[in-house]
Amino acid sequence: MKFSEQWLREWVDPKATTEELAHQITMAGLEVDGIEAVASEFSGVVVGEILSAEQHPDADKLRVCRVTDGSDEYQVVCGAPNARKGIKVPFAKVGAVLPGDFKIKKARLRGVESFGMLCAEDELGISEEHVGLMELPLDAAAGECLRDFMLLDDRIVDVDLTPNRADCLSLAGIAREVGVNYRQPVNEPDIKPVPPKLDDVFAVTIQAPADCPRYVGRVIRNLNVTAPTPLWMKERLRRSGVRSIDPIVDVTNYVMLELGQPMHGFDLATLSGSIIVRRATEGEKLTLLDGQEITLSSENLLIADEQKPLALAGIMGGEVTGVSAETRDVFLESAFFNPISIAGKARAFGLHTDSSHRFERGVDHQLQVRAIERATALIVDICGGEPGVVNEVSSAEHLPSQPLITLHAQKMTDLLGLEIPDAEIEELLTRLGLQVELESSGVWQVKVPSYRFDIELEVDLVEEVGRTYGYDRLPSSAPQMSLGMTPLPEAHVEISLIRRTLVAVGYREAINYSFIDPKLQSLFQPELEPVMLANPISADMSAMRTSLVPGLVKTLQYNLNRQRNRVRMFESGLTFVKKGGVVEQNLQMAGLIYGTRHPEGWTGDNSRVDFFDLKGDLTTIASLGGNGDDYTFKAITDIPYLHPGQSAELLRQGERKAYLGALHPSIQAKLGIDFPVYVFEGHIVDGVVAEFNELSKHPEVRRDLAIVVDLAINAGDVLEVIRDTAGEWLINLRLFDVYQGKGIDPHRKSLALGLTLQHPSRTLNDDEVNEIFAKVVSALTERFDAALRM
Amino acid sequence: MEKLESLVASGQQAVAEAADAAALDQVRVQYLGKKGELTQLLKGLGKLSTEERPAAGAHINEAKQQVQDAITARKFSLENAALLQRLSAETIDVTLPGRGQDVGGLHPVTRTMERIEGIFANIGFQVAEGPEIEDDYHNFEALNIPGHHPARAMHDTFYFDAHTLLRTHTSPVQVRVMEDRQPPLRIICPGKVYRCDSDLTHTPMFHQVEGLLVDRKVSFADLKSTVEEFLRVFFERDLAVRFRPSYFPFTEPSAEVDIEWGRDSEGNVKWLEVMGCGMVHPKVFTASGIDPEQYTGYAFGMGVERLAMLRYGVNDLRMFFDNDLRFLEQFH
Repeated sequence: MKFSEQWLREWVDPKATTEELAHQITMAGLEVDGIEAVASEFSGVVVGEILSAEQHPDADKLRVCRVTDGSDEYQVVCGAPNARKGIKVPFAKVGAVLPGDFKIKKARLRGVESFGMLCAEDELGISEEHVGLMELPLDAAAGECLRDFMLLDDRIVDVDLTPNRADCLSLAGIAREVGVNYRQPVNEPDIKPVPPKLDDVFAVTIQAPADCPRYVGRVIRNLNVTAPTPLWMKERLRRSGVRSIDPIVDVTNYVMLELGQPMHGFDLATLSGSIIVRRATEGEKLTLLDGQEITLSSENLLIADEQKPLALAGIMGGEVTGVSAETRDVFLESAFFNPISIAGKARAFGLHTDSSHRFERGVDHQLQVRAIERATALIVDICGGEPGVVNEVSSAEHLPSQPLITLHAQKMTDLLGLEIPDAEIEELLTRLGLQVELESSGVWQVKVPSYRFDIELEVDLVEEVGRTYGYDRLPSSAPQMSLGMTPLPEAHVEISLIRRTLVAVGYREAINYSFIDPKLQSLFQPELEPVMLANPISADMSAMRTSLVPGLVKTLQYNLNRQRNRVRMFESGLTFVKKGGVVEQNLQMAGLIYGTRHPEGWTGDNSRVDFFDLKGDLTTIASLGGNGDDYTFKAITDIPYLHPGQSAELLRQGERKAYLGALHPSIQAKLGIDFPVYVFEGHIVDGVVAEFNELSKHPEVRRDLAIVVDLAINAGDVLEVIRDTAGEWLINLRLFDVYQGKGIDPHRKSLALGLTLQHPSRTLNDDEVNEIFAKVVSALTERFDAALRM
Repeated sequence: MEKLESLVASGQQAVAEAADAAALDQVRVQYLGKKGELTQLLKGLGKLSTEERPAAGAHINEAKQQVQDAITARKFSLENAALLQRLSAETIDVTLPGRGQDVGGLHPVTRTMERIEGIFANIGFQVAEGPEIEDDYHNFEALNIPGHHPARAMHDTFYFDAHTLLRTHTSPVQVRVMEDRQPPLRIICPGKVYRCDSDLTHTPMFHQVEGLLVDRKVSFADLKSTVEEFLRVFFERDLAVRFRPSYFPFTEPSAEVDIEWGRDSEGNVKWLEVMGCGMVHPKVFTASGIDPEQYTGYAFGMGVERLAMLRYGVNDLRMFFDNDLRFLEQFH
């Protein structure tokens, strides 16, 4: 809501600078978004009258004008196409200073002397208009200072209103707020009923009283719609960002800005029979003022006559029934529409009008008659004409009720943390227009005025008092709380610990959007159908991610394209996977490594990362909860975006917790990535609480073992069999060498293992150790066709 | 006796000339060994009278001791020299970079969220999380934003269908917690939120932290104190904070919170909006099964990126989601 400061000060004029006033308005909850001057700084510009305008002898586009400032005549050369005899225009005399410190001097244009300059609106910083000279009303007195004449020493205040404060979408509402803030009375304009000169009534029938509980109409005949809108009104409209159209439209807009009532004027000659307020029938069509033809449904409320729809109620009038230059008789509408009936309807047609903006949020339902009287008076002033009778049709049962709220001073004190004196509470609420009646000490009955749709409960009154008393004057004190403790499960591995562990081993955290390109999603996980957004920002941001990996790989590409060739990153966040009709939203953690194992350095280790680098990092994470031994890795082939020969799952008690591997070479090639990419993704691990085991005082015995097995045998399986066979005295098992090559069957490999045995309460003797060793060897032979390597 | 003195002298001479441990050992054998020259003299004592023997023996032993001392000193000096030589040979350039990984870093948004969580954890707030694909009820209805409420227009919601959407704020987590638990409640809800808006100053995904405190007799004064203190602790300085009346359907009274952020050319305080807050609306309590007659509470919500930008001086919101290493490497 934009408005002229001068206009506001006609209603209420506190002793405050513009900035102080704006601060007060902001602190009342109506945020001032900006303050701008109505016109730029300039001086020496007066109202000038063009006495004659002759063609310049040497320039097609220039005219030589004789201009008077009321006392003297000046010759001015001017290039504007509308420079003509008889009009009044801003005249910057020699010595004037225009915006941008532009000094007007005597000049010679194509050989003709020019004493001053005639101005367009943009040259004075009044608007962006530069179609020609700014034409002033013909009754303007030549010679008067333009700033005084147009009241240009004014500023435009722009208030950004929250949707609950529809009552402030008018000068009346803003003035009321300022009045409360400065504890000053508000001067309302004196609106007197305009007595009818005709008995004309254009009949109105409301068929949808729930949507339109009140409709007020009035006929005004024999108007001169070509009469100019007075400059003061045009200027106020302009300062509120409203363009002047014709006097009827200008007056309805003016009353809307002044009082908050959107109105509409129909050309009476185009209406048939009577006004009917009804829901549209399915498929009914209406061409709006903006030329757009819309197809309606029964959701839409219409103003119609007996033959056709006239207007989309509360949103926009129709094209054919609008006021035009030929209009003689007008039918004025001032109605109250139920906010629910209008809400969302304009947007459905891509519209947003000053009218729909107000009706959606709520217009004062007791304003209609007052507004039509105000508009009638203004129209008759400008265009003449004879008003008919005010025709009000309303349905009392459908009008919003005005709630009566019980307010307790104690509630106010409890919620605000401060006891505000009763008298002050009463004063603040009364100035806001609420009727306050003391019921008993500290208890009031408060009646809410018809323009406050947002006050319904006691807490709403608490807010009204709080904000008008001033939030900055309310106390601030630390909350008093009971010191109840909350559980802190030790076995839980916090995600922050996992993040910081990854950071310690060189990973950087990425955060990607949760929606990705569906093409990228299907490249990685064609077996999963992603959840799709109905209204994405763009097609490549329309699929909810089913994995964090595509985002990380994209991040890798982004950085590869910026000459980064070593990347270690991780991300945590939700993935969205459809399962049996529901979408599972799982917190996942994913990581990616690419490039050299170590940062480039003087040690000359330029080896590239491989599967085992990533596995090592994942093992570290799995061990954070102290139960690393509970986790095992198994080869897998079921993740389509991983290399089937280089992927594994991390299991705990047989359940998959994460998987890792090399990105599938075909995806790597498709994305144009030069070297293998290793990724992991999985759930967050959980640990156990540590449990102490007695330390053995007896010696450990280590025996090494080298076996030869087929290449296809997984070391993990070998280790598992050894653990199972060796029994509880095996306290450590290490795989310390893997060898393929010379001296060994090319289809086989050698594994070297170190077994450490220890008894908790005595020394193991050689026979016992040998026995365990023999059991292990025979189990390995049996399971894996292993041969002892001597 | 002269012979003894000259032997000691030549022995000391030989010790001094011994170049290494082996040469020194030879000198020891030559003079002090079983057949060494000084040892031989001791053997010759038998030829002397019993009266002369003790004095002569003492002389010889003294001579032996002199040579032995020379050997010990020389040995120490040779070992010392060898050690010095070794140390010198083993000297490395300690300014060469260390081996191992460069340390990585947390995303600045995560850092900021963890910092916020930490500040509130210190006063007993627990972290609560919720789904990002939400239903219309928890995102809007339960928060007193019914179907045609104009506030919905402020939200630019991403939809999947008429009832399912991406949460536009972290407030639905409040609702879910209140549905499950009775007061007193002190929770903090960090997480991703989504709005269908993308330009210089908006990204379609961003992060919020929402806080909720519900108990008997919680007041606006408690809210003011919590928010003011939080902002001063977060920014680590004593900045001015102001509460400006505003509107959220789920709080009443409601406020936007501005902080002092520099001054304009005329010396006026520049206020920056950093969060929204208010007293929980009774309708929200009722919808979630908490009795508004018994309990009151406050809620606040803040944009994490906004706070991170102010704290670290980041000037382009979109950088947070480019994941450009040159950007991420500036945070640790």
